[in-house]
Amino acid sequence: MNQKDLQAIYMLWLRQMKRFFRAKSRVLSTIVQPLFFLFILGFGFNIAVFPGMQGSYINFLAPGIIAMAILFSSMFTGVSVLWDKQSGFLQEVLVAPVSRLSIVIGRTFGGATIALFQGFIIMIIALVLGVPIVDFQGLLLTIVIMVLLSFTAVGFGLIIASKMRDFEGFQSIMSLILMPLLFLSSAFYPINDSLPIWLQILSYCNPLFYMIDGIRGSLTGVNNVLHPLVDLSIIFAVCVIIMGLGTYFFNKSEA
Amino acid sequence: MGIIETEDLTKIFDGFTAVDHIHFSVNKGEIFGFLGPNGAGKTTTIKMLITLLYPSEGSASIAGFDILNQRANVRENIGVVFQEPALDTELTGKENLDFHARMYGLTQETRKKRILQVLTLVDLVDKKDILVKLYSGGMKRRLEIARGLMHSPTVLFLDEPTLGLDAQTRRAIWEYIKQLNKEEGTTIFLTTHYMDEADFLCDRIGIIDHGKILVIDTVDTLKKSVGHDVITLSCSDSRQLQMKLEQESWVSNITPHASFLTLGVERGEEKIPTIFDIARTINVSISSIDVRKPTLDDVFLYYTGRSMREQNPEAPRSRTTRPAGFHLRRRKE
Repeated sequence: MNQKDLQAIYMLWLRQMKRFFRAKSRVLSTIVQPLFFLFILGFGFNIAVFPGMQGSYINFLAPGIIAMAILFSSMFTGVSVLWDKQSGFLQEVLVAPVSRLSIVIGRTFGGATIALFQGFIIMIIALVLGVPIVDFQGLLLTIVIMVLLSFTAVGFGLIIASKMRDFEGFQSIMSLILMPLLFLSSAFYPINDSLPIWLQILSYCNPLFYMIDGIRGSLTGVNNVLHPLVDLSIIFAVCVIIMGLGTYFFNKSEA
Repeated sequence: MGIIETEDLTKIFDGFTAVDHIHFSVNKGEIFGFLGPNGAGKTTTIKMLITLLYPSEGSASIAGFDILNQRANVRENIGVVFQEPALDTELTGKENLDFHARMYGLTQETRKKRILQVLTLVDLVDKKDILVKLYSGGMKRRLEIARGLMHSPTVLFLDEPTLGLDAQTRRAIWEYIKQLNKEEGTTIFLTTHYMDEADFLCDRIGIIDHGKILVIDTVDTLKKSVGHDVITLSCSDSRQLQMKLEQESWVSNITPHASFLTLGVERGEEKIPTIFDIARTINVSISSIDVRKPTLDDVFLYYTGRSMREQNPEAPRSRTTRPAGFHLRRRKE
């Protein structure tokens, strides 16, 4: 990795920042959508009693919604390679004398910055709503998990983008992959022994489960299934694998 | 050894052979052109050379680096102006250029100097801070050219560089390409379907059709190979005159166009009175007649049996209005 590659990473990052903050409607919708979930689900289910859940429902829900905001935003960044492919701009990037790895890193950093920006806004609103923070170290660990989640989701988006020629399949990917991942992730309800065993098994196979469990454990310190550090190591492994695959597929694809 | 060398370079898309075992070599410092109609395989060839497509068969090298195994080195040595827009429309013109400059590792000083220089060349200085999505088609094209010229690569690829530009801008760009070639010694590989562009710019030309190279030579040699004068005439009934002239032994070929006929003959100026005599016998009046030396268009006709002339050379049309001849060929396939 030389100076040229670093500059390329910076430039790709800068481009995404400019594009994001110029698209006012995107800034707005990506923040408002998770807020709908947080408010409507949060207050709607607040009276419901889930077996084994401690504290109010909104405290339980907030980590899931933070993760959801990051997941959607990062996935979008990964898949938006397709936009560049269709507009032809990807060619300009691909013939430049910079390594493919730095292109992937630049895009990932760009996507992660935007996703974290959104994640933090949701987090601040959740804190205003009274969601407690367990301690400062917990907050730091939460941020680490948020970063890893974002990297993983960008990598996942890159894999999908390299397999698609256009946007026709985009909608089905969202509903066939993203929605089940989210519903099985413990974002909306706790995963414990009161659920059917097959549902529990599916949840434990879902990487997103560990990410949300990790954020929940480190941020609020209650209702988590595993110790946050155990979650962290699983998340880290998943992140490395997905990012590796994302880079591999991006390398392979022809413009 | 040439700066570009290809060996049986082939690309097959789902059973359709876009580029068919082509073999050519481009010398260092020359302007080499691929001339051929749309769909001949020009862009596919470029995309393989610039490492955007993997060849199905064969290989090539640029500046001594293999396009399959030394892709990074190849990219270090090339610059590309794409045929289709490859701009980020959410950025301004200047930001697009700045992006490019940094990706190619230009220093801040060079960056500023070159950006202003190329913007002046394509006359976009006062539009530099406007988002590219608000640019017209021609402005986008000009910005694209400007970007391709910014860094000084060993080999510059220009895919239909002046497609959709007005005559004035084309001239300016041609001059700049020549200058770049002369002063910086940049080898230029361009594709075009404009005869006048190939004629004005290229040292050597390869005529490509159906994914195959039909002939490669200097422009002069190619023109001489047609070997005779060309007479162009328009008259009141070109069908009837054509039928009559076809019977004459001194007419080596005759081609009808929308409003005129072209004839290939020897010593054209001596044949004009004869043509008038023949026309008079069948009551056809000739409204204009012209004898000229063969052009690249005639060369193209000679090697492919089809004309590219319908593309008005000085006023380029958009890609959607292709000459009828090319459509006919496609239907036959």
